[in-house]
Amino acid sequence: MKFWKYYPVILLVVLGLLLPGAASSASAAEKTITIGFTASQTGSLNVEAIRQINGLNLWVEHVNKAGGIKLKDGTVIKIATKFYDDESNKDRVQELYTRLINNDKADFLISPYSSPLADAAAVIAQQYKKIMITTGAASDSTYKKGFTLVYQAYTPASRYLTGSIDLLQKLDPKAKKVAVIYSNDKFSTDVVTAMKKYAEGKGLQVPMFEGYDPATTDFAPFINKIPAGVDAVMGGGHFTDTTTLARQLYEKKVPAKMISLLVAPPEPKFAELGEACICVTGSSQWEPLCKYSPEAAKKEGIEWFGPTIPEFVKAYEAKFNKQEPSYHSAGGYAAGLILQKAIESAGSIDTAKVAAAMDKENMYTFYGHIKFNTAPKLHGLQEGHEMVYIQWQKGKNGKPEKVAVWPAAASTGKAILCKR
Amino acid sequence: MHNWRQPGFWVSFLLVFLGGLVVLVLRQDTLRETAFTILMFVGLAASLNILMGYTGYVNFGHIVFFGLGGYFGFFLVSELGWPLYVAALGGGVLSAIIAYLIGCAVLRLRGAYFALATIGVNEAARAFVSNFEPFGGATGLYVNFSAYERYGGAGQALWLTFILLWLVALAVVVVSYLVKRSRFGLGLSAIREDEDTAMVMGVNAPMDKTKAFLISAFFPGLIGTLYFFKNGNVEPDDAFRFQMSLEVLVMVMLGGKGLLLGPILGAFAYERLRGYLIVSPIFKNLHLALSGGILLLIVLFVPGGGVGWFRDRFPRLRRWLE
Amino acid sequence: MTQILPSIVDGLLIGFVYGVAAMGLTLIWGVMRVINLGHGATMALGMFCTYLLFAHFALNPYLGMVAVVILSLLFGVIIYGVALQRVIQAGYLSTLLATFAVNMIIIGLGTWVFTTSPRNIDFSAGSITIGPVILQGTRLLAALAAVVITGALYLFLHFTRPGKAIRAVSNNRAAAELMGIPSSYVLALAFGLGTMLAAVAGGLTSTFFPFTILSGSTYQLKSFVICVLGGLGNPLGALLGGLFLGGLEGIIPTFMPVSWVPVVEFVLFVLVLVVKPTGLLGSK
Repeated sequence: MKFWKYYPVILLVVLGLLLPGAASSASAAEKTITIGFTASQTGSLNVEAIRQINGLNLWVEHVNKAGGIKLKDGTVIKIATKFYDDESNKDRVQELYTRLINNDKADFLISPYSSPLADAAAVIAQQYKKIMITTGAASDSTYKKGFTLVYQAYTPASRYLTGSIDLLQKLDPKAKKVAVIYSNDKFSTDVVTAMKKYAEGKGLQVPMFEGYDPATTDFAPFINKIPAGVDAVMGGGHFTDTTTLARQLYEKKVPAKMISLLVAPPEPKFAELGEACICVTGSSQWEPLCKYSPEAAKKEGIEWFGPTIPEFVKAYEAKFNKQEPSYHSAGGYAAGLILQKAIESAGSIDTAKVAAAMDKENMYTFYGHIKFNTAPKLHGLQEGHEMVYIQWQKGKNGKPEKVAVWPAAASTGKAILCKR
Repeated sequence: MHNWRQPGFWVSFLLVFLGGLVVLVLRQDTLRETAFTILMFVGLAASLNILMGYTGYVNFGHIVFFGLGGYFGFFLVSELGWPLYVAALGGGVLSAIIAYLIGCAVLRLRGAYFALATIGVNEAARAFVSNFEPFGGATGLYVNFSAYERYGGAGQALWLTFILLWLVALAVVVVSYLVKRSRFGLGLSAIREDEDTAMVMGVNAPMDKTKAFLISAFFPGLIGTLYFFKNGNVEPDDAFRFQMSLEVLVMVMLGGKGLLLGPILGAFAYERLRGYLIVSPIFKNLHLALSGGILLLIVLFVPGGGVGWFRDRFPRLRRWLE
Repeated sequence: MTQILPSIVDGLLIGFVYGVAAMGLTLIWGVMRVINLGHGATMALGMFCTYLLFAHFALNPYLGMVAVVILSLLFGVIIYGVALQRVIQAGYLSTLLATFAVNMIIIGLGTWVFTTSPRNIDFSAGSITIGPVILQGTRLLAALAAVVITGALYLFLHFTRPGKAIRAVSNNRAAAELMGIPSSYVLALAFGLGTMLAAVAGGLTSTFFPFTILSGSTYQLKSFVICVLGGLGNPLGALLGGLFLGGLEGIIPTFMPVSWVPVVEFVLFVLVLVVKPTGLLGSK
């Protein structure tokens, strides 16, 4: 049995021997870069994460089909991807990203879906000096940690619901009180804390500000606590809890003029709530009904890059069984575009040069405006991109219909106040 | 000290020692990450064993000490700027103090009642920390990236964390052994076999149980601080994962509770097993069910765990498999 | 003040369902000194059973409850035979871990089959408005069902032969065996009954809250708290404990943040365990 104690040693030695190698071969004119990421193919985040990966893969396919990224010196860059399943589990993320960098020799990294996972991966990226574009991750705090190589594709959490406050004041200038019920997780807390500050700055009161456990199913204690005379209810968290909250707000006949919630409302599945979803507003990173276009970008004097919205939607639906792309998919594709643009501008795949190009990036894509904060304290935070606010309204056939209502320039319909 | 000539101790000690040494010699980052996870679970399982294996008291909330101690240690590093070594100790000490206080209250309870009390503690701790502003509430805490500079850059800091964890794991093995061989440890075994009789024979059961609980809780606090420092941030959901408590428990049972080598091999085997299963497309989705199945089979048919089974089967190996 | 009333009413209604779940746990403990850690997972199975019947056969959830009763009773007996029979004498460490393993297996398989995406039984029974209080039909019906079930359990335990046998074994297993009561059948039946109560409570909750296969754990924790409040092994105490906890959940939010509720519950739980382990309503 003495052999037992050597088993791990032998195993480790064998592993050690096997690990090196697998470097990418390169010719002068054509190079292949590896983009590494983890995807939550299983676990609680799998639906959103798979959509995100679909978007990213579509970008890879487009680039390679178009003959790769062409640099000024004539080199052609082809894209290869390497990914692992992180099971929606943060523990795995750091181990897998270390593996992506050291064993799979990934040149650039894309973040996993969701803020906590992206946060964990960002530490590794920075530790090994690799550029990482985060998508599907809106928390602001990642960019306050002194990272220099992490760039955000999403509008940060702090600007997620502030538009709802503007919308409320426009619809009802006399509105005074906003009740906030939010999920006690990092992302939602970031959103509502910033929103509360914004609301108070605009002269509104926030008489109720309560967090709930993300696994909550019974919102009665919270709803019963909403003070009388509240004009709007805002908050929520992720899909499940927010949907439940919306349903129970309806069942309990809360007389708010406006209900603005996180994450869930833009999802097509939200319409399954029927009556309960009518008049609920929410914000989305991107919607197929958005109105970004090369012409509009030209008017602002900012460069357009990549496909237009109809081109993207068409290509995506053709590839993925006619499934309409969600903002997760758009974010995945946009992450690729951000990297592609930076590599083209830098004319190189050297980390420092590409990072410098990232810092200067300022463009419009089908996904919207992209520009990064470059102040040392907030480096990499998304500054350009804006949220789109949608509202569920009763359509002509009586079924719920999604309408973009804010900002005014992007809207496809008029926002309404709730009558409950 | 003829105690130190026990081959059983050296088998366990050298296993952990050489495992870490190989990683240090090879200096591979990926290997280090894998080894970090394994060593972490070795430390957690071996420290749980001090309470569960020696006294027979199941603790479903072992990870609470990992979370609370880790939170506190991380707080010392990120908010107060303490050096990692001192902060990790601070995390451990806080865990030990909390265990002592809980122990004084709850360990007067017998068996099943104690287990019940530990089941809710995880949720309560998570809810508490989520609402506790000095620990950042639901958002958690993070270290600024520049904190790693102090240890010679991020790369160096990661190696340092690994070495510290390795030392902690070794310390758990040594302490487990010392406790087991001491008069105190004999008292614990007596409690496990028959608490009433033990008390009649002069074992101060509540006090001894509390001490075992305290020692068992100290190490998760240390490990937690190191783990969160490596991660760069800490959030309530990562710190108090009930699932992790369970996995540690399965590891102890798998290797053999009450033995020195049991939790070490249990943690190693479980981690490797999970590593293989995750890659396999069929088992990937079933790994919780599978660990449940393993646990059930062990409880029903091999209550002594893997190492215990070998000891029963091959009595001559007993001095090697402590 | 307009806040307290609806809050307490909501809490009490849900408290009935909590009570039924806790009765299952406490019954098993009383009869065989086993803490069933598979309790939460069983509740989740009850939820899914009701859901599947509703979604695929359009069966009214309250009629579906009959099927849940039969299936879960069988399921409980099987679990007893597979996981507990062998270790029932081996002390609490083994039984705790065995039921716990069952919990992991159910949840693991459930995650595989159903995934963790939430399900919802889209069934409305209207609502009644009395002053500031809005009573949801589904919650009222669930509370009513809880009372009926408690009554039925009482009648069963006191007026039928197997029920009396369960009480006898619960009182003194050795003596009961001497009187010719086949204790292993009785234990299996008791475990089946406990499982059934959990599953039914799960089924009732599923009519008004969305759920996943993991939802059981929250309720399991509450069941523990309730059992300890009402005294482990005391079914009537469990029902009262359920109402007490439900009421408490209604009252606490009126003067402190709702997210502190689990902390308060747990502190109460530990206090009762330490000060009076037989429960606030405990007899001995």
